[in-house]
Amino acid sequence: MADLKRTGLYDLHVELGAKMVPFAGYEMPVQYPLGVMKEHLHCRAHVGLFDVGHMGQVILRPKDSMDALVAGLEAMMPVAVAGLAEGRQRYGLFTNDQGGIIDDLMFANRGDHFFLVVNAGCRDGDIALMREKLADVAEVIEVMDRGLLAVQGPGAEAALASLVPDVAAMRFMDVITVDTVFGALWISRSGYTGEDGFEVSVPDVEGFTRSLLALEGVEMIGLGARDSLRLEAGLCLYGHDMTEETTPAEAALGWAIPKARREGARAGGFPGADVILAQLADGPARLRVGLRPETRAPMREGVELFDREEGGEAVGRVTSGGFGPSVEVPIAMGYVPRALAGDGTQLWGEVRGKRLPVSVFPLPFRPSNYKR
Amino acid sequence: MMKYTEDHEWLRVEGDLVVVGITEHAATQLGDVVFVELPEPETMVATGDEVVVIESVKAASDILAPVDGEIVEVNDKLSDKPGLVNDDATGDAWFFKMKIDDMSVLGAFMSEDEYNDLIG
Repeated sequence: MADLKRTGLYDLHVELGAKMVPFAGYEMPVQYPLGVMKEHLHCRAHVGLFDVGHMGQVILRPKDSMDALVAGLEAMMPVAVAGLAEGRQRYGLFTNDQGGIIDDLMFANRGDHFFLVVNAGCRDGDIALMREKLADVAEVIEVMDRGLLAVQGPGAEAALASLVPDVAAMRFMDVITVDTVFGALWISRSGYTGEDGFEVSVPDVEGFTRSLLALEGVEMIGLGARDSLRLEAGLCLYGHDMTEETTPAEAALGWAIPKARREGARAGGFPGADVILAQLADGPARLRVGLRPETRAPMREGVELFDREEGGEAVGRVTSGGFGPSVEVPIAMGYVPRALAGDGTQLWGEVRGKRLPVSVFPLPFRPSNYKR
Repeated sequence: MMKYTEDHEWLRVEGDLVVVGITEHAATQLGDVVFVELPEPETMVATGDEVVVIESVKAASDILAPVDGEIVEVNDKLSDKPGLVNDDATGDAWFFKMKIDDMSVLGAFMSEDEYNDLIG
Protein backbone atom coordinates (compact mmCIF):
# COMPACT_ATOMS: atom_id res chain seq x y z
CA MET A 1 0.00 0.00 0.00
CA ALA A 2 2.51 2.53 -1.23
CA ASP A 3 1.73 6.25 -1.04
CA LEU A 4 -0.65 5.70 1.85
CA LYS A 5 -0.01 7.60 5.05
CA ARG A 6 0.01 6.01 8.49
CA THR A 7 -1.21 7.32 11.82
CA GLY A 8 0.83 7.13 15.01
CA LEU A 9 -1.03 3.93 15.92
CA TYR A 10 -0.12 1.95 12.79
CA ASP A 11 2.32 -0.38 14.56
CA LEU A 12 -0.19 -1.05 17.32
CA HIS A 13 -2.94 -1.87 14.82
CA VAL A 14 -0.70 -4.40 13.10
CA GLU A 15 0.42 -5.86 16.42
CA LEU A 16 -3.23 -6.31 17.43
CA GLY A 17 -3.99 -8.17 14.18
CA ALA A 18 -6.11 -5.45 12.54
CA LYS A 19 -7.13 -5.80 8.92
CA MET A 20 -5.74 -2.65 7.31
CA VAL A 21 -7.43 -0.98 4.34
CA PRO A 22 -6.89 2.24 2.39
CA PHE A 23 -9.17 5.00 3.68
CA ALA A 24 -8.94 8.71 2.81
CA GLY A 25 -5.28 8.36 1.91
CA TYR A 26 -4.38 6.43 5.05
CA GLU A 27 -3.84 2.80 5.92
CA MET A 28 -6.53 2.32 8.54
CA PRO A 29 -7.90 -0.62 10.58
CA VAL A 30 -11.30 -1.71 9.24
CA GLN A 31 -11.60 -4.36 11.94
CA TYR A 32 -9.65 -6.24 14.58
CA PRO A 33 -9.86 -9.99 15.27
CA LEU A 34 -13.05 -9.42 17.31
CA GLY A 35 -14.91 -8.53 14.08
CA VAL A 36 -17.32 -5.72 13.18
CA MET A 37 -20.40 -7.08 14.97
CA LYS A 38 -18.69 -7.77 18.31
CA GLU A 39 -16.69 -4.53 18.15
CA HIS A 40 -19.93 -2.60 17.66
CA LEU A 41 -21.67 -4.32 20.56
CA HIS A 42 -18.61 -3.95 22.76
CA CYS A 43 -18.58 -0.18 22.24
CA ARG A 44 -22.29 0.03 23.15
CA ALA A 45 -21.72 -2.01 26.34
CA HIS A 46 -18.22 -1.07 27.52
CA VAL A 47 -15.47 1.12 26.04
CA GLY A 48 -14.24 1.35 22.46
CA LEU A 49 -11.10 3.14 21.27
CA PHE A 50 -11.03 4.53 17.73
CA ASP A 51 -7.95 5.75 15.91
CA VAL A 52 -9.19 8.93 14.25
CA GLY A 53 -5.68 10.25 13.66
CA HIS A 54 -6.41 10.47 9.94
CA MET A 55 -8.76 13.37 10.60
CA GLY A 56 -7.46 16.90 10.22
CA GLN A 57 -6.56 18.86 13.36
CA VAL A 58 -6.31 22.57 12.73
CA ILE A 59 -5.54 25.54 14.95
CA LEU A 60 -6.85 28.95 13.95
CA ARG A 61 -4.81 31.61 15.73
CA PRO A 62 -6.24 35.13 15.45
CA LYS A 63 -4.03 37.77 13.86
CA ASP A 64 -5.68 40.72 15.62
CA SER A 65 -8.57 39.59 17.77
CA MET A 66 -10.77 36.58 18.47
CA ASP A 67 -13.75 38.76 17.51
CA ALA A 68 -12.41 39.24 13.99
CA LEU A 69 -11.80 35.48 13.70
CA VAL A 70 -15.31 34.74 14.98
CA ALA A 71 -16.73 37.01 12.29
CA GLY A 72 -14.51 35.32 9.68
CA LEU A 73 -15.79 31.88 10.67
CA GLU A 74 -19.41 33.06 10.63
CA ALA A 75 -18.78 34.20 7.06
CA MET A 76 -17.83 30.60 6.18
CA MET A 77 -20.45 28.68 8.15
CA PRO A 78 -24.23 28.98 8.75
CA VAL A 79 -23.80 28.14 12.44
CA ALA A 80 -23.29 30.39 15.48
CA VAL A 81 -19.63 30.93 16.30
CA ALA A 82 -20.20 34.10 18.32
CA GLY A 83 -21.41 33.20 21.78
CA LEU A 84 -19.48 29.94 21.93
CA ALA A 85 -17.89 30.17 25.37
CA GLU A 86 -14.27 29.37 26.06
CA GLY A 87 -13.98 25.66 26.80
CA ARG A 88 -16.95 24.72 24.60
CA GLN A 89 -17.24 23.00 21.21
CA ARG A 90 -19.86 23.10 18.46
CA TYR A 91 -20.76 21.30 15.25
CA GLY A 92 -20.11 23.33 12.11
CA LEU A 93 -20.48 23.15 8.33
CA PHE A 94 -18.55 24.82 5.54
CA THR A 95 -20.94 25.65 2.69
CA ASN A 96 -20.45 26.69 -0.94
CA ASP A 97 -22.24 29.43 -2.89
CA GLN A 98 -24.94 26.98 -3.97
CA GLY A 99 -25.63 26.06 -0.35
CA GLY A 100 -23.92 22.67 -0.69
CA ILE A 101 -21.89 21.24 2.17
CA ILE A 102 -18.11 21.37 1.66
CA ASP A 103 -17.41 19.59 4.95
CA ASP A 104 -18.76 19.13 8.45
CA LEU A 105 -16.52 19.66 11.43
CA MET A 106 -16.16 20.32 15.14
CA PHE A 107 -14.79 23.65 16.32
CA ALA A 108 -13.78 24.56 19.87
CA ASN A 109 -13.12 27.89 21.54
CA ARG A 110 -9.86 27.39 23.40
CA GLY A 111 -9.55 30.92 24.76
CA ASP A 112 -6.94 32.53 22.56
CA HIS A 113 -7.58 30.35 19.49
CA PHE A 114 -10.01 27.93 17.84
CA PHE A 115 -9.29 24.22 17.41
CA LEU A 116 -11.01 22.38 14.56
CA VAL A 117 -11.33 18.71 13.67
CA VAL A 118 -12.24 18.15 10.01
CA ASN A 119 -12.85 15.07 7.87
CA ALA A 120 -9.75 13.29 6.54
CA GLY A 121 -10.93 13.35 2.94
CA CYS A 122 -11.67 17.09 3.08
CA ARG A 123 -8.64 18.21 5.07
CA ASP A 124 -6.48 19.65 2.29
CA GLY A 125 -9.42 21.46 0.71
CA ASP A 126 -10.61 22.82 4.04
CA ILE A 127 -7.18 24.16 4.91
CA ALA A 128 -6.78 25.84 1.53
CA LEU A 129 -10.26 27.33 1.87
CA MET A 130 -9.55 28.67 5.37
CA ARG A 131 -6.18 30.10 4.29
CA GLU A 132 -8.03 31.97 1.55
CA LYS A 133 -11.09 33.12 3.45
CA LEU A 134 -9.46 33.78 6.82
CA ALA A 135 -6.25 35.27 5.39
CA ASP A 136 -6.74 38.63 7.12
CA VAL A 137 -7.93 37.36 10.47
CA ALA A 138 -6.13 34.12 11.33
CA GLU A 139 -3.08 32.00 10.92
CA VAL A 140 -4.18 28.50 9.83
CA ILE A 141 -1.95 25.88 11.44
CA GLU A 142 -2.28 22.21 10.55
CA VAL A 143 -1.42 20.14 13.62
CA MET A 144 0.89 17.34 12.46
CA ASP A 145 2.55 16.11 15.66
CA ARG A 146 -0.49 14.75 17.52
CA GLY A 147 -2.64 11.68 17.26
CA LEU A 148 -6.39 11.70 17.79
CA LEU A 149 -8.14 8.95 19.74
CA ALA A 150 -11.88 8.63 20.37
CA VAL A 151 -12.82 6.92 23.65
CA GLN A 152 -16.49 5.94 23.38
CA GLY A 153 -19.07 3.94 25.29
CA PRO A 154 -20.85 3.84 28.64
CA GLY A 155 -17.58 3.08 30.43
CA ALA A 156 -15.62 5.84 28.66
CA GLU A 157 -15.73 8.28 31.56
CA ALA A 158 -14.54 5.74 34.14
CA ALA A 159 -11.76 4.46 31.87
CA LEU A 160 -10.42 7.86 30.87
CA ALA A 161 -10.86 9.29 34.39
CA SER A 162 -8.55 6.58 35.75
CA LEU A 163 -5.77 8.28 33.75
CA VAL A 164 -7.13 11.83 33.68
CA PRO A 165 -9.48 12.48 36.66
CA ASP A 166 -10.49 15.92 35.35
CA VAL A 167 -12.68 14.43 32.60
CA ALA A 168 -15.34 13.27 35.07
CA ALA A 169 -16.54 16.86 35.50
CA MET A 170 -16.93 17.49 31.75
CA ARG A 171 -20.32 17.77 30.05
CA PHE A 172 -21.17 16.99 26.42
CA MET A 173 -19.20 19.35 24.12
CA ASP A 174 -16.90 20.70 26.87
CA VAL A 175 -13.22 20.97 25.98
CA ILE A 176 -10.26 21.03 28.38
CA THR A 177 -6.46 20.83 28.29
CA VAL A 178 -4.65 18.57 30.75
CA ASP A 179 -0.89 18.03 31.12
CA THR A 180 -0.03 14.33 31.41
CA VAL A 181 2.89 11.97 30.89
CA PHE A 182 1.58 11.57 27.33
CA GLY A 183 1.94 15.31 26.72
CA ALA A 184 -0.73 18.01 26.88
CA LEU A 185 -4.09 16.38 26.10
CA TRP A 186 -6.74 18.41 24.29
CA ILE A 187 -9.94 16.64 25.31
CA SER A 188 -13.52 17.17 24.15
CA ARG A 189 -16.53 15.30 25.47
CA SER A 190 -17.93 14.24 22.11
CA GLY A 191 -17.73 11.55 19.48
CA TYR A 192 -19.58 10.01 16.58
CA THR A 193 -21.08 6.80 17.93
CA GLY A 194 -24.19 7.99 19.78
CA GLU A 195 -22.48 7.01 23.03
CA ASP A 196 -21.02 9.19 25.75
CA GLY A 197 -17.33 9.62 25.20
CA PHE A 198 -14.33 11.76 24.45
CA GLU A 199 -12.03 12.70 21.61
CA VAL A 200 -8.47 13.21 22.72
CA SER A 201 -5.72 14.96 20.79
CA VAL A 202 -2.49 13.58 22.22
CA PRO A 203 1.23 13.83 21.40
CA ASP A 204 2.17 10.30 22.59
CA VAL A 205 -0.86 8.60 21.08
CA GLU A 206 0.64 5.10 21.25
CA GLY A 207 1.57 5.32 24.94
CA PHE A 208 -1.80 6.81 25.77
CA THR A 209 -3.70 4.15 23.80
CA ARG A 210 -1.72 1.30 25.35
CA SER A 211 -2.46 2.64 28.83
CA LEU A 212 -6.20 2.69 28.08
CA LEU A 213 -6.12 -0.76 26.45
CA ALA A 214 -4.59 -2.17 29.64
CA LEU A 215 -7.83 -1.32 31.47
CA GLU A 216 -10.68 -3.77 31.90
CA GLY A 217 -13.35 -3.62 29.18
CA VAL A 218 -11.41 -1.48 26.70
CA GLU A 219 -11.09 -2.67 23.08
CA MET A 220 -9.91 -1.15 19.83
CA ILE A 221 -12.75 -0.64 17.33
CA GLY A 222 -12.23 -0.45 13.55
CA LEU A 223 -13.79 1.63 10.80
CA GLY A 224 -16.40 -1.05 10.06
CA ALA A 225 -18.04 -0.75 13.46
CA ARG A 226 -17.47 3.01 13.50
CA ASP A 227 -19.73 3.14 10.45
CA SER A 228 -22.52 0.96 11.90
CA LEU A 229 -22.36 2.85 15.22
CA ARG A 230 -22.76 6.27 13.59
CA LEU A 231 -25.50 4.95 11.29
CA GLU A 232 -27.55 3.67 14.26
CA ALA A 233 -27.03 7.09 15.85
CA GLY A 234 -28.44 8.72 12.68
CA LEU A 235 -25.23 10.69 12.08
CA CYS A 236 -24.19 11.75 8.56
CA LEU A 237 -21.06 10.48 6.87
CA TYR A 238 -19.50 13.17 4.69
CA GLY A 239 -19.21 12.18 1.03
CA HIS A 240 -22.21 9.86 1.40
CA ASP A 241 -25.10 11.36 3.38
CA MET A 242 -23.98 14.88 2.60
CA THR A 243 -21.92 16.29 -0.26
CA GLU A 244 -21.38 19.55 -2.10
CA GLU A 245 -24.67 18.76 -3.85
CA THR A 246 -26.73 18.61 -0.65
CA THR A 247 -27.62 21.59 1.54
CA PRO A 248 -27.86 21.63 5.35
CA ALA A 249 -31.66 21.93 5.03
CA GLU A 250 -31.86 18.88 2.77
CA ALA A 251 -29.49 16.95 5.04
CA ALA A 252 -31.85 17.65 7.98
CA LEU A 253 -29.11 19.62 9.76
CA GLY A 254 -31.28 22.69 10.35
CA TRP A 255 -30.81 22.17 14.12
CA ALA A 256 -27.20 23.35 13.66
CA ILE A 257 -28.38 26.70 12.22
CA PRO A 258 -29.70 28.85 15.08
CA LYS A 259 -32.23 31.66 14.87
CA ALA A 260 -29.44 34.26 15.05
CA ARG A 261 -28.17 33.17 11.62
CA ARG A 262 -31.68 33.07 10.13
CA GLU A 263 -32.93 36.52 11.14
CA GLY A 264 -31.64 39.75 12.68
CA ALA A 265 -28.22 41.38 12.52
CA ARG A 266 -26.21 38.15 11.96
CA ALA A 267 -28.67 36.53 9.53
CA GLY A 268 -27.10 35.16 6.35
CA GLY A 269 -23.65 36.34 5.34
CA PHE A 270 -22.40 32.78 4.77
CA PRO A 271 -21.93 31.06 1.38
CA GLY A 272 -25.23 29.88 -0.10
CA ALA A 273 -27.27 31.78 2.51
CA ASP A 274 -30.05 32.67 0.05
CA VAL A 275 -30.58 29.03 -0.90
CA ILE A 276 -30.22 27.61 2.61
CA LEU A 277 -32.40 30.18 4.40
CA ALA A 278 -35.15 29.89 1.77
CA GLN A 279 -35.12 26.09 2.16
CA LEU A 280 -35.23 26.34 5.94
CA ALA A 281 -38.20 28.72 5.73
CA ASP A 282 -40.21 26.90 3.05
CA GLY A 283 -38.93 23.35 3.37
CA PRO A 284 -36.49 21.78 0.89
CA ALA A 285 -37.74 19.74 -2.06
CA ARG A 286 -36.01 16.63 -0.72
CA LEU A 287 -34.90 15.52 2.71
CA ARG A 288 -32.54 13.09 4.38
CA VAL A 289 -34.54 10.51 6.33
CA GLY A 290 -34.01 7.32 8.26
CA LEU A 291 -35.11 4.16 6.46
CA ARG A 292 -36.05 0.82 7.94
CA PRO A 293 -36.02 -2.04 5.39
CA GLU A 294 -38.88 -4.38 6.27
CA THR A 295 -37.22 -7.60 5.16
CA ARG A 296 -33.89 -8.85 6.46
CA ALA A 297 -32.08 -7.75 3.29
CA PRO A 298 -29.87 -4.70 3.96
CA MET A 299 -30.30 -1.73 1.60
CA ARG A 300 -26.89 -0.25 0.99
CA GLU A 301 -25.66 3.00 -0.54
CA GLY A 302 -26.97 3.42 -4.07
CA VAL A 303 -30.22 1.46 -3.68
CA GLU A 304 -32.95 3.36 -5.54
CA LEU A 305 -36.21 4.14 -3.76
CA PHE A 306 -39.69 4.02 -5.33
CA ASP A 307 -43.14 5.11 -4.15
CA ARG A 308 -44.78 2.03 -5.62
CA GLU A 309 -44.05 -1.67 -5.81
CA GLU A 310 -44.04 -1.78 -9.61
CA GLY A 311 -43.28 0.73 -12.34
CA GLY A 312 -42.64 4.43 -11.95
CA GLU A 313 -39.40 6.35 -11.67
CA ALA A 314 -37.06 6.30 -8.68
CA VAL A 315 -38.03 8.99 -6.17
CA GLY A 316 -34.93 8.78 -4.01
CA ARG A 317 -31.75 6.93 -3.16
CA VAL A 318 -30.08 5.30 -0.16
CA THR A 319 -26.89 7.14 0.87
CA SER A 320 -25.81 4.89 3.76
CA GLY A 321 -27.10 1.52 4.73
CA GLY A 322 -26.29 -1.76 6.33
CA PHE A 323 -27.12 -3.82 9.37
CA GLY A 324 -27.47 -2.31 12.83
CA PRO A 325 -25.94 -4.79 15.30
CA SER A 326 -27.59 -3.16 18.34
CA VAL A 327 -31.05 -2.75 16.78
CA GLU A 328 -30.60 -6.18 15.12
CA VAL A 329 -32.27 -5.14 11.85
CA PRO A 330 -31.12 -3.55 8.60
CA ILE A 331 -31.07 0.26 8.71
CA ALA A 332 -30.35 2.99 6.17
CA MET A 333 -30.50 6.69 5.44
CA GLY A 334 -31.34 8.34 2.15
CA TYR A 335 -32.95 11.24 0.36
CA VAL A 336 -36.65 11.35 -0.57
CA PRO A 337 -39.06 14.08 -1.73
CA ARG A 338 -40.44 16.09 1.20
CA ALA A 339 -43.94 14.76 0.58
CA LEU A 340 -42.60 11.24 1.19
CA ALA A 341 -40.45 12.14 4.20
CA GLY A 342 -43.02 11.62 6.93
CA ASP A 343 -42.34 8.89 9.50
CA GLY A 344 -43.94 5.62 8.46
CA THR A 345 -44.22 6.49 4.75
CA GLN A 346 -44.22 3.26 2.76
CA LEU A 347 -41.54 3.06 0.07
CA TRP A 348 -39.80 0.30 -1.87
CA GLY A 349 -36.08 -0.13 -2.40
CA GLU A 350 -34.79 -1.99 -5.43
CA VAL A 351 -32.31 -4.65 -4.31
CA ARG A 352 -30.89 -6.91 -7.02
CA GLY A 353 -33.83 -6.15 -9.32
CA LYS A 354 -36.52 -6.76 -6.68
CA ARG A 355 -38.56 -4.05 -4.97
CA LEU A 356 -38.53 -4.70 -1.24
CA PRO A 357 -40.63 -2.74 1.28
CA VAL A 358 -38.94 -0.07 3.37
CA SER A 359 -40.47 2.62 5.55
CA VAL A 360 -39.35 6.07 6.66
CA PHE A 361 -38.17 5.85 10.25
CA PRO A 362 -37.40 8.60 12.79
CA LEU A 363 -33.70 9.13 13.47
CA PRO A 364 -31.78 8.07 15.46
CA PHE A 365 -32.48 4.35 15.23
CA ARG A 366 -31.29 4.04 18.78
CA PRO A 367 -31.42 6.77 21.46
CA SER A 368 -28.08 8.47 22.07
CA ASN A 369 -26.44 8.51 25.49
CA TYR A 370 -24.72 11.88 25.67
CA LYS A 371 -23.90 13.38 29.07
CA ARG A 372 -25.72 16.72 28.78
CA MET B 1 -15.14 -36.41 1.01
CA MET B 2 -15.22 -32.68 0.42
CA LYS B 3 -14.24 -30.94 -2.78
CA TYR B 4 -13.40 -27.26 -3.02
CA THR B 5 -13.73 -24.55 -5.67
CA GLU B 6 -11.50 -21.55 -6.32
CA ASP B 7 -14.49 -19.44 -5.20
CA HIS B 8 -14.13 -20.91 -1.70
CA GLU B 9 -17.17 -23.15 -1.89
CA TRP B 10 -17.21 -26.70 -0.61
CA LEU B 11 -19.08 -29.57 -2.26
CA ARG B 12 -20.07 -32.77 -0.51
CA VAL B 13 -21.76 -35.77 -2.12
CA GLU B 14 -24.83 -36.95 -0.23
CA GLY B 15 -26.47 -39.90 -2.02
CA ASP B 16 -27.26 -38.66 -5.51
CA LEU B 17 -27.10 -35.00 -4.47
CA VAL B 18 -24.29 -32.47 -4.12
CA VAL B 19 -24.46 -30.24 -1.03
CA VAL B 20 -22.87 -26.78 -1.41
CA GLY B 21 -21.62 -24.30 1.17
CA ILE B 22 -18.73 -21.90 1.72
CA THR B 23 -15.51 -22.61 3.56
CA GLU B 24 -14.58 -21.34 7.01
CA HIS B 25 -11.89 -19.27 5.35
CA ALA B 26 -14.51 -17.56 3.18
CA ALA B 27 -16.86 -17.03 6.11
CA THR B 28 -14.06 -15.41 8.10
CA GLN B 29 -13.21 -13.13 5.20
CA LEU B 30 -16.84 -12.10 4.76
CA GLY B 31 -17.27 -11.18 8.40
CA ASP B 32 -20.48 -11.46 10.38
CA VAL B 33 -23.23 -12.64 8.02
CA VAL B 34 -26.55 -10.85 8.56
CA PHE B 35 -28.64 -12.00 5.59
CA VAL B 36 -28.68 -14.91 3.15
CA GLU B 37 -30.85 -14.84 0.03
CA LEU B 38 -31.49 -18.36 -1.19
CA PRO B 39 -32.76 -19.52 -4.60
CA GLU B 40 -36.13 -21.20 -5.11
CA PRO B 41 -35.96 -25.01 -5.04
CA GLU B 42 -36.48 -26.75 -8.40
CA THR B 43 -34.43 -24.16 -10.23
CA MET B 44 -32.17 -25.21 -13.11
CA VAL B 45 -28.82 -23.44 -12.91
CA ALA B 46 -25.67 -23.28 -15.03
CA THR B 47 -22.09 -23.11 -13.78
CA GLY B 48 -21.29 -19.55 -12.73
CA ASP B 49 -24.90 -18.44 -12.19
CA GLU B 50 -25.34 -16.25 -9.13
CA VAL B 51 -27.55 -18.40 -6.94
CA VAL B 52 -27.08 -17.13 -3.39
CA VAL B 53 -26.42 -13.64 -2.03
CA ILE B 54 -24.69 -13.32 1.32
CA GLU B 55 -24.79 -9.98 3.09
CA SER B 56 -22.27 -9.48 5.85
CA VAL B 57 -21.91 -6.41 8.03
CA LYS B 58 -19.41 -5.24 5.44
CA ALA B 59 -20.79 -6.04 1.97
CA ALA B 60 -22.87 -8.26 -0.27
CA SER B 61 -21.23 -11.26 -1.97
CA ASP B 62 -22.52 -13.69 -4.57
CA ILE B 63 -22.26 -17.44 -4.40
CA LEU B 64 -22.03 -19.02 -7.85
CA ALA B 65 -23.37 -22.36 -8.96
CA PRO B 66 -20.27 -24.60 -9.05
CA VAL B 67 -21.72 -26.99 -11.65
CA ASP B 68 -24.70 -27.31 -14.00
CA GLY B 69 -27.75 -28.92 -12.46
CA GLU B 70 -31.01 -28.50 -10.57
CA ILE B 71 -31.28 -26.97 -7.12
CA VAL B 72 -33.62 -29.34 -5.29
CA GLU B 73 -33.42 -28.13 -1.70
CA VAL B 74 -32.32 -24.96 0.10
CA ASN B 75 -31.37 -24.45 3.75
CA ASP B 76 -34.23 -22.32 5.06
CA LYS B 77 -32.60 -22.23 8.51
CA LEU B 78 -30.24 -19.57 7.13
CA SER B 79 -33.13 -17.15 6.55
CA ASP B 80 -33.71 -16.89 10.29
CA LYS B 81 -30.17 -17.60 11.46
CA PRO B 82 -27.72 -16.16 8.91
CA GLY B 83 -25.04 -16.16 11.62
CA LEU B 84 -24.80 -19.96 11.20
CA VAL B 85 -22.52 -19.23 8.25
CA ASN B 86 -19.93 -17.90 10.70
CA ASP B 87 -20.60 -20.49 13.40
CA ASP B 88 -20.70 -23.68 11.33
CA ALA B 89 -19.70 -22.95 7.73
CA THR B 90 -18.97 -26.52 6.74
CA GLY B 91 -21.80 -28.14 8.71
CA ASP B 92 -25.24 -26.67 9.46
CA ALA B 93 -24.72 -23.67 7.18
CA TRP B 94 -24.96 -25.49 3.83
CA PHE B 95 -26.78 -23.36 1.22
CA PHE B 96 -28.41 -25.75 -1.23
CA LYS B 97 -28.46 -29.29 -2.58
CA MET B 98 -28.13 -29.93 -6.31
CA LYS B 99 -28.98 -32.83 -8.57
CA ILE B 100 -26.40 -33.16 -11.32
CA ASP B 101 -26.23 -35.45 -14.34
CA ASP B 102 -22.66 -36.54 -14.07
CA MET B 103 -20.95 -36.85 -10.70
CA SER B 104 -17.59 -37.32 -12.40
CA VAL B 105 -17.32 -33.53 -12.97
CA LEU B 106 -16.56 -33.24 -9.25
CA GLY B 107 -13.17 -34.82 -9.91
CA ALA B 108 -11.99 -31.53 -11.38
CA PHE B 109 -12.31 -29.68 -8.09
CA MET B 110 -9.64 -29.35 -5.43
CA SER B 111 -9.04 -31.76 -2.59
CA GLU B 112 -8.80 -30.45 0.95
CA ASP B 113 -4.99 -30.42 0.78
CA GLU B 114 -5.02 -28.55 -2.52
CA TYR B 115 -7.49 -26.02 -1.12
CA ASN B 116 -5.42 -25.49 1.99
CA ASP B 117 -2.42 -24.80 -0.25
CA LEU B 118 -4.51 -22.23 -2.13
CA ILE B 119 -5.45 -20.24 0.98
CA GLY B 120 -1.95 -20.68 2.40
